[in-house]
Amino acid sequence: MSPMSNLAHHHTAYHPRWYRRRMSVWWWLKDRAYMKFVVRELTSVFVAYFAVLFLWQIRAVTQGPDAYAQFMGRLKTPLFLTANIVAFLFVLYHTITWFNLTPTAMVVRVRGKRVPDTIVAGSNYVAWLIVSVIVAWIFTRGI
Amino acid sequence: MPPTIALDVIRYRPEQDAEPAFQTYEVPFRDDWVVLDALNYIKDRLDGSLSFRWSCRMGVCGSCGMMVNGKPKLTCAAFLSDYLPGPVRVEPLNYFPIMRDLIVDITDFMRKLTKVKPWIIRDQVWPLEEGEYRQTPEQLDTYKQFSQCINCMLCYAACPIVGLEPEFVGPAAIALAQRYNLDSRDEAAGERLKILSDHAGIWGCTFVGECTQVCPKHVDPAGAIQQFKLTAALDALKSFLVPWGTR
Ligand code: SF4
Ligand code: FES
Repeated sequence: MSPMSNLAHHHTAYHPRWYRRRMSVWWWLKDRAYMKFVVRELTSVFVAYFAVLFLWQIRAVTQGPDAYAQFMGRLKTPLFLTANIVAFLFVLYHTITWFNLTPTAMVVRVRGKRVPDTIVAGSNYVAWLIVSVIVAWIFTRGI
Repeated sequence: MPPTIALDVIRYRPEQDAEPAFQTYEVPFRDDWVVLDALNYIKDRLDGSLSFRWSCRMGVCGSCGMMVNGKPKLTCAAFLSDYLPGPVRVEPLNYFPIMRDLIVDITDFMRKLTKVKPWIIRDQVWPLEEGEYRQTPEQLDTYKQFSQCINCMLCYAACPIVGLEPEFVGPAAIALAQRYNLDSRDEAAGERLKILSDHAGIWGCTFVGECTQVCPKHVDPAGAIQQFKLTAALDALKSFLVPWGTR
C-alpha cells in the first residue's frame, strides 16, 4: 500500500487531518519588516557595550590618574575607535527607532483630544537635544 | 485574446495530499478584479474543488483573509492590478493549521478571544428603570478605534510570536481586551490585567509592529498592547510604592 492511500484511509469527515506548517529558524530573513525588527532588537547589544565601557571608565577613575590616562589612551587605538563608531551608529538606530515608536505606546490626551504622534515623538528629540546641550556645557566649561 | 494573469494557489486535500503544494491557474485579468474574484472564477469555471472562505466581498465580514505574495490581505480588497504581471501567490493565513486548501482552523483564535472576557463587566448592574449607561463622545473616542476589529486574523498571520509561541493570546484579542478596559461602562480592567499579565499575554509581545501594518481596519493592535503594558507597569509600580493603596 502506498503512503498516499494510507493517508486516505485515515482522513474522514470526523477525523480531519490538519497540516501544521513549521516555522523555520530563518523566519526573520524572509520578510523585510521582520528583519528590521530583529536589527532593532540586536542594537541593544551595542547599548550594553557602551554601558560596560562606561563602568570600565568609572573603575579607571577610582584607580587614580595613571589608570585613567591609560584607559583614555586605549580608547584612542584604532581598534576602539572603529568599535566605538560602529557601536555609536547602531545605538543611534536604536534610539531613533524607539523614539519613533513612543506615540504607539503612549496616548497623551490634552483636554480630551489626542496629542498628534509627531509631537509625542518630537518631544523625545527635544529632550535629547536639551540633555546633550547640558552635557556639552558641563564638558566645555572647564576648557 | 484578452490578457490573463497567473495565480499560484496552495492546494491541500487531506484525503489525498501528504502536504500542501502550489497549483497554477490562468485567469482573465480585469482592472476591477480583486484576488477573491479570481479565486471565484477558478471555482466557477476551472476547478470546483478549490476551497476558500468568503462572504461579504466588501471588507466587513473578515472571512477572506489569505497570504497574497507572502503578506496577509483581505482578498476582497487586494486588487489584481497591484500584483502585475503576476503570478500572484495565494496561500492560507500563516501560523494557522490548514484544514483544506486556503481554509485554516480558527478554533484556537476563538478560544483566545473569549479568554480576555470581551464584554462589559460591572460590579453592580443597574436596574433597567435607571436607564442606559451614558457615555460622552470623548469617552467613546478613547476606545472606538479598538472596537473596529472584524476578526479577520490578518494580524495573527503577521505576528512571528503567534508562530513561535502557540499560547500567545495575540494582537486582536489583546486589542479587544483594551477596548473593554477603556470603556467607561466597564469595571473589569483589573480582572483582564490578571489574565493577560504573563508571557502568553501582553509580555509575550516584543513589539514587532506588523499587526498594525496589516490591519485593514486601522485598529492598531500593536498600540493597544504597548498601552496595556504601560498601564500594567504603572499598576505594578503603584502597588509596590503604596501597597496599602490598591484596592
Ligand atoms: S485587529 Fe485588525 S488585523 Fe487583527 S483581526 Fe482585527 S481587524 Fe483583523
Ligand atoms: S469577503 Fe468579507 S472581508 Fe473579504
